Amino acid sequence: MRIALFVTCLADTMFPQAATATVRLLERLGHEVVFPQEQTCCGQMHVNTGYQREAVPLVRRHVRVFDPYDVIVAPSGSCVGSVRHQHATVARRAGDVRLASRAESVAERTYELSELLVDVLGVTDVGAYYPHRVTYHPTCHSLRMLRVGDRPRQLLGAVRGLDLVELPAAEQCCGFGGTFAVKNPETSTAMLADKMRHVLSTGADVCAAGDVSCLMHIGGGLSRLRTGVRTVHLAEILASTEQSARSAARP
Amino acid sequence: MTRRTFLGMPATTPPVTAPAGVGHLRGEESFPTAARRSLADPQLRRNLRHATTTIRAKSAGVIAEQSDWEQLRTAGAAIKADTLRRLPDLLEQLEEKVTAAGGVVHWAADAVEANRIVTDLVRATGADRVIKVKSMATQEIGLNEALEAAGITAVETDLAELIVQFGDDRPSHILVPAIHRNRAEIREIFLREMPGVDPALTDDPAALAAAARRFLRETFLSTPVAVSGANFAVVETGTLAVVESEGNGRMCLTVPETLITVMGVEKLVPTWRDLEVFLQLLPRASTGERMNPYTSMWTGVTPGDGPQTFHLVLLDNGRSAVLADEVGRQALRCIRCSACLNVCPVYERAGGHAYGSVYPGPIGAVLSPQLTGIEDNASLPYASTLCGACYDACPVKINIPELLVHLRAEAVESRPRPTAESIAMAAAAYTMDRPRLYAAGQRAARLSRLVGRRGRGLPPPLNGWTASRDLPDPPAQTFREWWADR
Repeated sequence: MRIALFVTCLADTMFPQAATATVRLLERLGHEVVFPQEQTCCGQMHVNTGYQREAVPLVRRHVRVFDPYDVIVAPSGSCVGSVRHQHATVARRAGDVRLASRAESVAERTYELSELLVDVLGVTDVGAYYPHRVTYHPTCHSLRMLRVGDRPRQLLGAVRGLDLVELPAAEQCCGFGGTFAVKNPETSTAMLADKMRHVLSTGADVCAAGDVSCLMHIGGGLSRLRTGVRTVHLAEILASTEQSARSAARP
Repeated sequence: MTRRTFLGMPATTPPVTAPAGVGHLRGEESFPTAARRSLADPQLRRNLRHATTTIRAKSAGVIAEQSDWEQLRTAGAAIKADTLRRLPDLLEQLEEKVTAAGGVVHWAADAVEANRIVTDLVRATGADRVIKVKSMATQEIGLNEALEAAGITAVETDLAELIVQFGDDRPSHILVPAIHRNRAEIREIFLREMPGVDPALTDDPAALAAAARRFLRETFLSTPVAVSGANFAVVETGTLAVVESEGNGRMCLTVPETLITVMGVEKLVPTWRDLEVFLQLLPRASTGERMNPYTSMWTGVTPGDGPQTFHLVLLDNGRSAVLADEVGRQALRCIRCSACLNVCPVYERAGGHAYGSVYPGPIGAVLSPQLTGIEDNASLPYASTLCGACYDACPVKINIPELLVHLRAEAVESRPRPTAESIAMAAAAYTMDRPRLYAAGQRAARLSRLVGRRGRGLPPPLNGWTASRDLPDPPAQTFREWWADR
């Protein structure tokens, strides 16, 4: 299948390993990945901060860039959530009905990684190998905007060598919330402290999630406290194989 | 008194919001400033964590028993949406039915009018004291303060409200207003403020409840006027309903000679069949009970039974403005169950006082700014991570995250420009609409980070991030560079 990668601006700029892993994984599964180079950002940061008018050109760009593709994937529940639940609203609010309906059409073809794998490609065992103790944070937008349910856990459950440990209070937000972490840094940190406490209580070496934004937040806290727990994107785990584990010092 | 029969109609004048200087819809500080204080209070954090965790679990248990919960939510949302759509007509029908049953209906455009109406009504009875059923509407308008200014004492009869009142305090939760107090504090408050209290009172919860009961029973029997709110008004018969747990409401609604009910105009349900839906939704969503212990209903006055004089004050106080907003009006579906507070990770840590309004938590963050106008509560729509737990919990399916985002846009668009933020956002949007400039920006960001130290170096207003979190080292290659190289 020919799949267009919606890389997301944060993964592109700060966490390319999540995006390269997505490419390697899909190619290993026999699919063709294309990267439309004119893409930039879906505009979620603007919308969620109150700058819906400024987001209109970004929505228009996103729709124009991805409209030609039948299947689009992003390694992010949050950015797919924005495409699915915000783009048409932003367009409609700006009075652009045509853009709204094109945005809806693109949204229907846009999938978060675990949705693509389980629902579209029909695979739960991707042949991955990852010999680590891992706990999984489900991320709010994957859970409650996209309703990905247990798809990521099905995928992780089939990874050889992986010891999946239950994260207590997993469904509670980590406190990132994009602009929230900047406008309400103290409440955000209080939420992060509880999330980290739960992560540490599992004894896991790796905290995984399907969103680099939440991982940047949780990982930023775990790193500041020198806990030694790493944050890793779901795609990186699924892209790991016995071969890649042998050739890399760190998975 | 203004008769507002244009509710929901296309307004020719700007919608009227709740007036400033009266009532409790506006905080003195922004949310982040007020939250800072609560976050540093270990007792408050413990109480909030314990109470919200307990109610969440209890509520989830009884909701799981109800196989048609989702259909009930859908029905609740639909009934409320329909009611709001024909609110002007329904309000006039309600007035007709209540009047026919011997009640007197008053229309209050705002808090000032409502307070004046109630004060005049109490004065006319000659009473200098009223008993009160827990009511959000009367707190919203600051009725107790208005009565006090007129020399009338208002006694709250809900146990937690009584604690708040004796403590000269403000409620911090819609359902559990004294959630921020522990029993040692309650004992001290009772010893200090409760007339005729036993000086040997302990902090045993049963002893505290017994002390309140003794005080309240005497008050019930000696006070001829009660003031209540209402959870619902059934239009087809003009029947009012109050649901509660302690029986204090039943006492207030049946013992006194005069009953004055202050109710927001959005509290209507068209028929008794509609009420059935809400009497199933409300207790399960709010207290985690299958059924609340007391449901009191009354229709006008009944000779020889209960209050012989009944006044209904219909309160607007900004609700027409909310109704005029196509996206915002869904907030008027709220039945004040507080499920959204109990599941909110922000509320659980910051507590109710941080919101500055009698309506705290997620519903407060979308209702208060609409009632007052966004300028007066501009920080509230940002007091959320948009995690969506509130939307899932809401028994009438108010899409609170959608509303928060909508109100953030209103906040931004109502502010004079430019601000530092608006310049940054415009610059970011400009850059992100130009892929080559965007790629150049990525390289520049990498260079600037390389010269700074790990985990440091972010300037205000982004320094809140690096105060408690590291930033990762920038990658050697962006994804698009890697893609171009492969």
